[in-house]
Amino acid sequence: MDGDVELDVDGRSRTLRVDSRTTLLDALREGLGVTSVKKGCDHGQCGSCTVLLGGRRVVTCLTFAIAHDGATVTTAEGLGAGGRPHPVQEAFVERDAFQCGFCTPGQVCSAVGMLAEARDGRPSAVTDDLTGPVELSDDEVRERMSGNLCRCGAYGNIVDAIQDVAR
Amino acid sequence: MIPFDYHRATDVAGAVATADAREAVFLAGGTNLVDRMKLGVTSPDVVVDIGGLALDGVEELPDGGLRIGATARNSDLAAHPVVLRDYPVLARALLSGASGQLRNLATTGGNLLQRTRCSYFQDVSTPCNKREPGTGCSAIGGYNRQHAVLGASEQCVATHPSDMAVAMAALDARVVVRGPAGERVVPLVDLHRLPGDEPDRDTVLTRADLITAVDLPPLPDGTRSLYRKVRDRASFAFALVSVAVVLRVDGGVVRDVRVALGGVAHKPWRARRAEEVLLGSPAEEEVFRRAADAELAAARPLPDNGFKVPLVRNTLVSALRDLSLGER
Repeated sequence: MDGDVELDVDGRSRTLRVDSRTTLLDALREGLGVTSVKKGCDHGQCGSCTVLLGGRRVVTCLTFAIAHDGATVTTAEGLGAGGRPHPVQEAFVERDAFQCGFCTPGQVCSAVGMLAEARDGRPSAVTDDLTGPVELSDDEVRERMSGNLCRCGAYGNIVDAIQDVAR
Repeated sequence: MIPFDYHRATDVAGAVATADAREAVFLAGGTNLVDRMKLGVTSPDVVVDIGGLALDGVEELPDGGLRIGATARNSDLAAHPVVLRDYPVLARALLSGASGQLRNLATTGGNLLQRTRCSYFQDVSTPCNKREPGTGCSAIGGYNRQHAVLGASEQCVATHPSDMAVAMAALDARVVVRGPAGERVVPLVDLHRLPGDEPDRDTVLTRADLITAVDLPPLPDGTRSLYRKVRDRASFAFALVSVAVVLRVDGGVVRDVRVALGGVAHKPWRARRAEEVLLGSPAEEEVFRRAADAELAAARPLPDNGFKVPLVRNTLVSALRDLSLGER
């Protein structure tokens, strides 16, 4: 069955008709032409399709578009403001935090979402004191970014880029 | 993917009625369901979206316990101040599961009802009694490193993949279910089944039974809890073995203990035999070892997963030791 979905994508209101089987990922890429959102594994394992959905980082390959009528989506294309890249994007460039770049839009969106979670004081699996303040050590960054794979192996520089923004 | 109708439920009764009338599945976070539908493992006629039912609250109960809404996100539950303060075993279990992006989608009810990640169950080109009853089990005689060592059957050796459910089993959680005949409460340890000769049935629920909440009873003062997970890599992997322990030691003696194991059975495995050894005994390493051995006497490892038996023993003993020494 088909259904109409209205989405706010990177500040623009967009309407499209989708088959119920269409994932949010395919709706963004194929329906709306937002190709910065990458399809890697298509099974929630690689993180390439990460966006901010209602301000929270999610993978878009494991959710149906038809279930998100009225939602606000921010992709890597929409993170910047005033003609400038987002600080996380600038840090990725500065730190050479990518090689082929395929995972980068997902990495950047995930990092932006992750930094907000840490600012909210949310612990991770490697946080010693669950009720204490969150201090973003490199181990914390690695744990919190474990949902984003980089087959080029730029992890070291990705951690450095995120730490530049976190500090 | 086989075409399906999408129905957005506006109230619990309507969701249950829709699921009762047709070959339906409930959709919450979708992180496992959508994947199974892509793989062809699950092919419903209608998907009933319960995301609009306002079941995402987490509230303290008058008895001091906690009611967790069925669509509360795993990430929000893991960051809830009462969970962090009173139920660290649950916070740790949630935080050790999946990835940040998946925890932001995944829900309490969906986490309980996720299905095994047995590679044969997820591969429609291979026989699997859980996916297609009567076709045989490919894991028995196949690759079975990840599979069960307790409570399995000749029909199925799959494991339940949840971390959260293991913690909830140790917390004596109660699952609130709304079905066509009304509401009932199912102890979490009775929600999931052992495979027996019906491995296609993961739980005691029927198609139109909707989980609306999970209740956690309060814990006595002085209770400590811990979740310890062992896996092939440091993050974003399912458990080979996991241990949830809820323990109260007073005067060097175990006064209250609940132990559940993950990664070893078709359901979150409540270790009653270990608990019997521990309760009323000195909180000492020799007792912890006897408790683990008592539980594992019934273990029946497969050719590839014999390592799980000593791994459970050592993980459980270290968890009991650390908790009784006061480490969380």
